[in-house]
Amino acid sequence: MSSSLIIGQYVPGNSIVHRLDPRTKITVIFFFVFIVFFANSVFSYATLTVFALTTVFITRIPIRYIMKGLTPVWFLIVFTFILHLIVTKEGTVLFHIFGFNIYSGALIQGFAISMRFFLLILVTSLLTLTTTPIEITDAIEDMLHPLKKIKFPVHELALMMSISLRFIPTLMQETEKISRAQASRGVDFKTGPLKERIKAVVPLLVPLFVSAFKRAEELAMAMEARGYQGGEGRSKLRELKIEKIDIAVYLLFALAVAIVFYTRN
Amino acid sequence: MDITFKNVSYIYQRNTPFAHKAIEDLSFHIPSGSFVAIIGHTGSGKSTLIQHLNGLVSPSSGEVTIGDYRLTDEKKPKQMKELRSRVGVVFQYPEHQLFEETVEKDIAFGPQNFDISETEINKRIKEVIPKVGLQEELLKRSPFELSGGQMRRVAIAGVLAIKPDVLVLDEPTAGLDPRGQKEMMDMFYTMHQEEGLTTVLVTHSMEDAVKYADHVIILNNGTKYMEGKPEDVLTQQEALNKVQLDVPEAVQFLQSFEKRFGVQIPFTRQSTKEIAQSVQRYIKGAGPHE
Repeated sequence: MSSSLIIGQYVPGNSIVHRLDPRTKITVIFFFVFIVFFANSVFSYATLTVFALTTVFITRIPIRYIMKGLTPVWFLIVFTFILHLIVTKEGTVLFHIFGFNIYSGALIQGFAISMRFFLLILVTSLLTLTTTPIEITDAIEDMLHPLKKIKFPVHELALMMSISLRFIPTLMQETEKISRAQASRGVDFKTGPLKERIKAVVPLLVPLFVSAFKRAEELAMAMEARGYQGGEGRSKLRELKIEKIDIAVYLLFALAVAIVFYTRN
Repeated sequence: MDITFKNVSYIYQRNTPFAHKAIEDLSFHIPSGSFVAIIGHTGSGKSTLIQHLNGLVSPSSGEVTIGDYRLTDEKKPKQMKELRSRVGVVFQYPEHQLFEETVEKDIAFGPQNFDISETEINKRIKEVIPKVGLQEELLKRSPFELSGGQMRRVAIAGVLAIKPDVLVLDEPTAGLDPRGQKEMMDMFYTMHQEEGLTTVLVTHSMEDAVKYADHVIILNNGTKYMEGKPEDVLTQQEALNKVQLDVPEAVQFLQSFEKRFGVQIPFTRQSTKEIAQSVQRYIKGAGPHE
């Protein structure tokens, strides 16, 4: 069940994208998400698509793997597309299908919105595909640092994040293990009426919660035993550093943004 | 039920960058009613092998046959549930699967899923509780109030209550104290004999393998490394050391005894007491000449 979904998964590699400063990646992706909503012409969409696909290419992660991993998202994209086809009534009527008039405007609108969706999801999943959870947390802690002045618990937040991220795979494994054990005891997770399948979740969730609480307690104890007292005076093993390549990426992205704004209607 | 693996391979996360082979070209046969120990170092594919036994996974290539049920890449038997009611699996740390409010309900959970009648379930619970060494007073308690060892017993009772023909045990004694380990293994062995079960024990304890199994399969890196009778396989020190395994203590003792006294006492899975008697006989006989 976990093997088909890639959101949040990290694929180890040594590409330029992998080695970029995580802050650069987060910043670029953050702005990319905004810029996607500014695109409204063929050219502006093309620019963003080229930018996104080139990045995917550079990561050396097989595109087929990414596409397959986004399967659940495809449904959403197709659904959005169909919804637009039916609801939008702009432009000229192109043809009739199942009693609906399909307008030319609807087709364009549907394409545009689905494209937006696709780009958003592709680029944001690239962040986690090429960046370890630890790097992401480090970057966020660093970027939120100014908030410390207003007593915002930046370090604690970052720690919470990294612990949650760290335990996603562990809990996934645990889920798989428990579901195996329960399947062996005759629970059917995959077929049967919906009501039965919802009921089948209880024997999965209870042990999962029990073990998560146990783990939390053990982790807290282990941290205390090693003298953890919070972020005060703590130094870092990996210092984040902006390199030339990061600056180059910022410049390239700025160029793409400029093209988008120049070519939009 | 007979269990046959024919050229079985299994690949995890096929067609992804994470794909890796857990089992490669594995073939063996376990006749009905035998007690087989599967031994291997961590990561040798033991756990993956187990999941084939009740259809939790199907082989990526090759064929697994359990009784009348066939598992291949293309087709899964429709009677998967039936297969699972006949092959009971006790996974590693089975206490992690407990979830019900009371011990009784948790033991009844498996049989209920396999549509066994209420009265029959109650009868089975009464039977199985003393077998795993629990008291009936515990039935109304929450499983989460019990000690680790008791929880393990409840979880095992939950599998035994299904009354499988094949019992698969994945390191059932891991994390128990030595006495608990012995009790539990003796319990499984008695059940194996009394009820004519086919038992598959996954372990890395050579002592357990030598004591209980009548057939041993040694795995290494997902392939079969050795197979045969315990007294033949588990005495080959060099071959075993190559895959980070060691011969049982009794064999170690006999080997050093041979080195020291130049007398060979063949290993026939005799008990510690029997070995002691042989040694005594030799020393008494050889003693005066020294």
